[in-house]
Amino acid sequence: MRELRHVVPAVVAAFCLTTGAAVAGTLDDVKAKGFIQAGVNGDLFGFAKPDEKGVWRGLDVDTARAVAAAVFADADKIKYTPLTAKTRFTALQSGEIDVLTRNATQTLSRDTDLGLDFTQVNYYDGQGFLVPKQLGVTSATQLDGASVCVLPGTTTEQNVADYFRVQKMKMNPVVIENTAELAKAFFAGRCDCMTSDASQLAGIRAVAPTPADYVLLPEIISKEPLAPAVRHGDNQWKDIVNYSVLAMIEAEELGITSANIDEMMASTDPKIQRFLGVSPGNGKALGLDEKWAYNIIKQVGNYAEVFERNVGVKTPLMLERGLNALWTNGGLMYSPPFK
Amino acid sequence: MHSTQAEKVPFLRDPDKLAILYQLLTVIGVGLLSYYLIANTLANLERQNISTGFSFLEREAAFEIGETLVTYSAADSYGRALLVGFLNTLIVSFIGIVLTVILGTILGIARLSSNWLVARLSAIYIEVFQDIPILLQLFFWYAFFYEILPGPRQALSLLPGVFLCNRGLIFGVPVWHQGFQYAILALLLAVVLLFFLKRWAAARQAASGKIFPLFRVGLLLVTLLPLLGWWLGGAPTAMSVPELTGFNFRGGLSISPEFTALLLGLVLYTAAFVAEVVRAGIQSVGKGQREAALSIGLRSGHVLNLVILPQALRVIVPPLTSQMLNLTKNSSLAVAIGYPDFVSVAGTTINQTGQAIEGVALIMVVYLIFSLSTSAFMNWYNKKIAIVER
Repeated sequence: MRELRHVVPAVVAAFCLTTGAAVAGTLDDVKAKGFIQAGVNGDLFGFAKPDEKGVWRGLDVDTARAVAAAVFADADKIKYTPLTAKTRFTALQSGEIDVLTRNATQTLSRDTDLGLDFTQVNYYDGQGFLVPKQLGVTSATQLDGASVCVLPGTTTEQNVADYFRVQKMKMNPVVIENTAELAKAFFAGRCDCMTSDASQLAGIRAVAPTPADYVLLPEIISKEPLAPAVRHGDNQWKDIVNYSVLAMIEAEELGITSANIDEMMASTDPKIQRFLGVSPGNGKALGLDEKWAYNIIKQVGNYAEVFERNVGVKTPLMLERGLNALWTNGGLMYSPPFK
Repeated sequence: MHSTQAEKVPFLRDPDKLAILYQLLTVIGVGLLSYYLIANTLANLERQNISTGFSFLEREAAFEIGETLVTYSAADSYGRALLVGFLNTLIVSFIGIVLTVILGTILGIARLSSNWLVARLSAIYIEVFQDIPILLQLFFWYAFFYEILPGPRQALSLLPGVFLCNRGLIFGVPVWHQGFQYAILALLLAVVLLFFLKRWAAARQAASGKIFPLFRVGLLLVTLLPLLGWWLGGAPTAMSVPELTGFNFRGGLSISPEFTALLLGLVLYTAAFVAEVVRAGIQSVGKGQREAALSIGLRSGHVLNLVILPQALRVIVPPLTSQMLNLTKNSSLAVAIGYPDFVSVAGTTINQTGQAIEGVALIMVVYLIFSLSTSAFMNWYNKKIAIVER
């Protein structure tokens, strides 16, 4: 009994501490600990996955690195927490991570019910179907009665059920939690088709025994704006994450790349001067260093560089810009003015 | 000790009263701690604008489930979807437990067999299956089914109307007809008859020592009576036969590879443990019992059934209960191989509604119900077979 006397207050104190931590501003928390804790996928090639040397790579990883560059002037001051689709929002809610960059779709209920705030979309995706070529299917409308391999823990299950209901078709879902296991079952012929976000399907096809044997059907059955998320209620932190993503888009529009940025510092264009902090104001408004945008582009690159490096046509994913092109090129990537 | 009068013991020195005091303090402490945790959680959820409560159960689920025992479509509610998951867990656990007990008993007896080969094979089986993690075994069996079996268009036709492919075992089933009601009633009747027959046989054996061939008579009873009912009901023979249309078979019933892999994995794994429990139980019965039974001329089957097992069961049942609970709990690994059990459906529900705390609470309650009812039944059975002093 004597030992208990010390244990009980300690336990109670621990509870009080854990519940108290989340209240403070995230920016102050992050600065105090010296790094950003980012929640990422961990197993999605092109978006977030460590390479063979253990270095994290991907579009979502670069997005998180941009935030670190903005806050610390050092894109490497970051730690990654690999999260499953099920645990990702809980990890953010509980304060275990500071920002979630894990190909999460922005939806109304997540924005409200879950107590999250989504920022600028970093990849416009949509749910598609991957089928073996030998099945002879050219359109998703021919999939009546198909066995469908579905990755759970996303809006995927709901989208595919909605689509089959609207088309008055029957489906038989096979839901396996682990992406690698699901892909194995699909490649072995357990299902007629596989459904997920088109970018994920491209990633899965890239690791197929023979990628050329599989085709993506033309139908995109859902809107999947993949966006970083932060906890609801911390407006300053949300602004920082939001404008870190926007800075990469704005830089692409202004023609600033990681290669030419030092020459651009001498530019006489007032838009570029404001963007790079040569004429100050933006940094102070965000509570950051005036060179925050300079650091993002210098260390991580603009959106075009990040896209082509991780998922573009020269990578195994072979994804076109499509919806993710700048608005000036017919895409959806559009940044408000930086002033 | 000068006086013989009962001395007044101070409250804090009286062990009986102190014991009550400690228990009371513990209860209050636990109560306060749970109140603190629950109130804190609710306050935090409130602060983070996360909605709480179980009203989501009535909302439309809007996702499909691969295998359902009751009618279900995406237009049904989350509550209905969870019921489907509940029944899926129930059926795989129930069939799994029955098969496990049968296989485990056979293996346990075989392990003690005087036949060297049978005993060795059983021992090897037990060691191998006990020592490989259940998750690996599930992956193995699942991969075995989808890698080995052909696609539906090249399905193996085992018998007319029975197909085996990587979508499962598909077979024709009789179309529902009034006549089957008679068959079901007859089956119930047979079970009731069997129950009384068993009592009569036991009483007769206790009185006269004569053994009634209960198993053979019972088998006849439960097969012939329903057949008779079916024949009286008009002998319906219409069948729903599976046909290959489009990608998959339509009609008939199918047993999916996910269900089979899960059942096989659970049964083969848990049976190894049950075999050890059975062996321990049999070995706990003194050698003299067996020798005595043999010496009065009982056949070896009767020695096992009438003398050894009734005594061994008292040792077997409590650890057997715990293996049954293990099987039920391990069935939640289904999500790894795509069988839509309760955890899988609840997982989808949590993800779509975002109400993780309620979802996890439901999962805990459901497994608690499964475990407590299994325990309650086995405790009742254990009491029934315990030694009765005469």
